[in-house]
Amino acid sequence: MNPWPFVIAAYGIVIVGTLALLLASWLGMRSAEAAADASRSEP
Amino acid sequence: MHGFANPARFLRIARPLTPWLTLSGLVVTTAALLAGLFVTPPDYLQGETVRIMYVHVPTAWLGMAGWAGIAAAGAAQLIWRHPLAIVAGRAMAAPGALFTALALATGSIWGRPTWGTWWQWDGRLTSMLLLLFLYLGYIALAQGGEDRDRAGRIAAVFGLAGAINLPVIHYSVLWWRTLHQGPSITLRGSTIDPAILWPLPLALLGFSLIFAGIVLMRMRADIARTRVEARLRRLAQS
Repeated sequence: MNPWPFVIAAYGIVIVGTLALLLASWLGMRSAEAAADASRSEP
Repeated sequence: MHGFANPARFLRIARPLTPWLTLSGLVVTTAALLAGLFVTPPDYLQGETVRIMYVHVPTAWLGMAGWAGIAAAGAAQLIWRHPLAIVAGRAMAAPGALFTALALATGSIWGRPTWGTWWQWDGRLTSMLLLLFLYLGYIALAQGGEDRDRAGRIAAVFGLAGAINLPVIHYSVLWWRTLHQGPSITLRGSTIDPAILWPLPLALLGFSLIFAGIVLMRMRADIARTRVEARLRRLAQS
């Protein structure tokens, strides 16, 4: 059995999953902090 | 610890720390994974599939560490009424659940060429699957409804109670000797050859730094949303 498809699949899902959560968390933080800053400047 | 109870003081520390933790985590993890893929030799028994260890072990460690963090946050919330504890608990839930799911998936992928099966109802695998369900339950509870304080208290109790599963996961390979191997790394040393072992601590450190960066991002987002909600409530009352 060729082991490389298993190794590549394991690395692939971990890298994609981690980067996806990292990006989602960063975008969520940026939009939430922008909304908080905008609400503070409102009268 | 109470020094960080003030969200403004916490944010003064978290803002510069977030990019440092994330970027250093990405650099260390990339170096560890490249070493694990291209530098270390194949195992004499498992061959090339041993390279899955460099992603499987850190994800399993962070799945368990994430729940230990949730339990600690739950204790801080219930005992000291630490205002950031529920924020920290909520922030650790999604990354903890993701890394637990990744540990299960990579373990399954590793199991197929090594054991000849994708899944076995063995003690370690089953207790890790239970951990994933605990995370999903915690996420549902912590979101709560109208009464966020009550939802936070219930989630804190659930986080503490769920910590019973952590020693079960750890000792499962000793209590039930089925398919999953016993511990390869203990306080007395490691049974893994040093030529194969050395990128593993790097991968553990790198993924842990990324996890910490993600948790800080999610805590900052939670605090910002709470501030907007509080401002809207004040405007509605005035």
